[in-house]
Amino acid sequence: MSSNGIRDRVAIIGMGCTKFGELWDKGTDDLLVDATKETLESAGVALDDIDAFWLGTMGSGSAGLTLSRPLKLDYKPVSRVENFCATGSEAMRNACYAVASGAYDLVMAIGVEKLKDSGYSGLTGIHQVGDGTGGSLSSPAAFSFLAPSYGHKYGVGTDEMKEVLTRIAWKNHHNGALNPRAQFKKEVSLETISKSPRVAGELGVYDCSGVADGSAAAIICRAEDAHRYTDAPLYVKGLSFVAGPAAGPIDPDYDYTTFEEVVRSAQDAYAQAGITDPRAQLAMAEVHDCFTPTELVLMEDLGFAERGTAWKEVLAGTYDLHGELPVNPDGGLKSFGHPIGASGLRMMYECWLQLRQQAPPERQIQSVGKGGRTLGLTHNLGGAPGECVSFVSIVGSELSE
Amino acid sequence: MTSGIGSWGVYLPYWRLERSAIAQSLGIAAGRGERTVASFDEDTTTLGVEASRRALATTASEEISQVLFSTPEPAYQDKTNATTIHGALSLDQHAAAYDIVGSVRSGVAALLMGLDAGARETTLVMIAEIRTGLAGGADERDSGDAAVAFRCVPEGAAVELIARASTSEEFVDRWRVPGEASSHQWEERFGEEAYVPLARAAFQEALKKAGITAEEIDTLIVTGLHARSLRVIKNSLGVDADRLAPDLALHAGNLGAAHLGISLADTLERAAPGHVIVTLQLADGADALVWRTTDAILDIQQAQRAANAKSVEEQLVSGRTDLAYNSFLTWRGQLHREPPRRPEPGRPGAPNMLRSEGWKYGFHASRCTSCGFRHLPPSRVCLKCKAVDEMEPERLADLEGTVATFTIDHLAFSLSPPTVGVVVDFDGGGRFRCELTDCDPSTVKIGMRVQMTFRRFYTADGIHNYFWKARPLQTSSAKEA
Repeated sequence: MSSNGIRDRVAIIGMGCTKFGELWDKGTDDLLVDATKETLESAGVALDDIDAFWLGTMGSGSAGLTLSRPLKLDYKPVSRVENFCATGSEAMRNACYAVASGAYDLVMAIGVEKLKDSGYSGLTGIHQVGDGTGGSLSSPAAFSFLAPSYGHKYGVGTDEMKEVLTRIAWKNHHNGALNPRAQFKKEVSLETISKSPRVAGELGVYDCSGVADGSAAAIICRAEDAHRYTDAPLYVKGLSFVAGPAAGPIDPDYDYTTFEEVVRSAQDAYAQAGITDPRAQLAMAEVHDCFTPTELVLMEDLGFAERGTAWKEVLAGTYDLHGELPVNPDGGLKSFGHPIGASGLRMMYECWLQLRQQAPPERQIQSVGKGGRTLGLTHNLGGAPGECVSFVSIVGSELSE
Repeated sequence: MTSGIGSWGVYLPYWRLERSAIAQSLGIAAGRGERTVASFDEDTTTLGVEASRRALATTASEEISQVLFSTPEPAYQDKTNATTIHGALSLDQHAAAYDIVGSVRSGVAALLMGLDAGARETTLVMIAEIRTGLAGGADERDSGDAAVAFRCVPEGAAVELIARASTSEEFVDRWRVPGEASSHQWEERFGEEAYVPLARAAFQEALKKAGITAEEIDTLIVTGLHARSLRVIKNSLGVDADRLAPDLALHAGNLGAAHLGISLADTLERAAPGHVIVTLQLADGADALVWRTTDAILDIQQAQRAANAKSVEEQLVSGRTDLAYNSFLTWRGQLHREPPRRPEPGRPGAPNMLRSEGWKYGFHASRCTSCGFRHLPPSRVCLKCKAVDEMEPERLADLEGTVATFTIDHLAFSLSPPTVGVVVDFDGGGRFRCELTDCDPSTVKIGMRVQMTFRRFYTADGIHNYFWKARPLQTSSAKEA
């Protein structure tokens, strides 16, 4: 695919992120106000300074009024966007392009989701009238297809696969335990994870991301203006978004061991950012670990491991907080929680903290720093294996030469 | 004008409830054997579809010019159920589709009307039954669920109706008000008093019309819901016990309106040419039908073996017998279970369903005429070569496939959790992800062979959502000669 990219043309100058979790005392409006307040303070600007807004939410409100009403915005443009679980990233991407185009000087991207008011556990989705022939499988079931297929293809036995998946959940819980904003701030033992009640296929409760409420936001300006607001901006190196033809469920060639959409969006983002060896060049990655097998497959799709080897890398600790390439240092969807529209911006928030060395010391990535690594990746997907949308961004704390 | 049956199909559902399971749960005596049970995703319409597919497996469905569907337990009132079956069988638009529903006796009416019409044009007759009673009662224990279909043809019949006689009388033996889940019966001894003379009169009149004596009957089939009368009549018509059709009670139960047809089909599967059969149904009177097989019976029997179809005899002793009594009660709506803490599925849209009739009911994929790629659901744009509107529809309902991968879903909304999800690759191309029904989740594996079955997924706002699921391939275990 071809894209020109906007490397180093825009920068993030402020970010905020609410606590994620079952926030019974916060409504959608509260979450939006909280995230906005923190983000404005972070950037040192006033609400009135923002020229335009992009609001990402899957089901917590329609139209720009969802944001303009609680913030009492005075007649500003607000675009409400949706792209499944990649909704927050989609808000961010469009906000960046609006600045790069020159249309606006200062914009805000904000994502929000209020899931816990439905009275149901899990995601409730939005009912659209159809012909009744759509599938009835739950999301964990759709993603659970990955595990046996991966094991079958690369000769990893069922028990060994379970150990790999358990290790991923364990790592993300370990990281989340160090994160005061995470939904689950507690380490969970390997045994508890692997013995948790089965939800779908080999997946237990602990293989699934947390269902949470939350909001996160970023303020973006042209790169050349960034130092007017902060000494430590985060530069956008690449943004890629791909919607696939939904081939997996209808194409016998698809083997449920990869997300082609992720491969394509990663290649595009790497080309925009000038990355040739992501595992060596990136300081960290925030990836869409909706279910543990997803994170496993993503390691290969994003080029962090050769095909068929990610399971060994997982067991070897390559992606641990202090491993060679830390993945989901904030706990990921697994323990930070997954308020759909906010997650993409929450991932960006961790890059904002880590690459600028402002993460709490106990989870600050060591490769970042003087002469160290400067680049971070966020990956956000929506849909299911074989039929998804995928977003990959690269951000960095320094301008490329 | 001869009228007769060209082919038949019988469908006994996969599930059986052992009578001992009722006995254990309720602490009562419930006898031995088991009864057939329509699954949670079946109704009389889907049973009718399955029986019809078997009747049509040896013929081209384009020939059918009329379908008649009969059941005492229709899925819809006001709306015709036969049109659902018409759609699921992908019959010609000009084929008429009628319901003859309500009383048990309607089944015989449908068969007789089908035979009359069949003398002029091929008519498909289906009789389906889902029958139970209140917990612990005789109807629950002794009834069974099943469907039978007959293709009535102007020529080439395997069995012909050579005479018929009926008797009718108004009396109350068994009744049910619309909406009731089970029926009521007057004291059994009264029914015997009413039924026996009516049955005997119909029988004798039919024999007289056919010009035969009781000694010339090769097989006698006596059916009806009044068990006591059946016992008396069977033994008082001058037909030896060894010429009575096998009793289906032990492994299936009393199949109500469908019983006559299923017993007839069972007899036909073993009958030689020239075999004389008398069917006698007791239902608000009696209907005696005299049949004689033709030489064509051998061709149909051979065609059924070639199609690898399970005989009635084989179906009777196959199926899953470990159904829990509380699951049975749940499926029949007699045990109200706590629903999952997730939203129930919404009703499908009427315009959406009409637009996709070929897919939803007929299971028509689209094949790209440019590159040959098969799409399920049908698509206007080809996934592989991107050609637009170069598709031809293709019915895949009767194709077999292989499980590419699967999962056991404990969260999906179902009356019978867990749901088994499978990705099916069809023989000759095409992939479809769907539910696997009528299976033991612990035996599902990659490479398993499956076939499609028409099911009711759920009902929302009174609209039944029908579509197709996969099930493990069912074939006859009998080796071809």
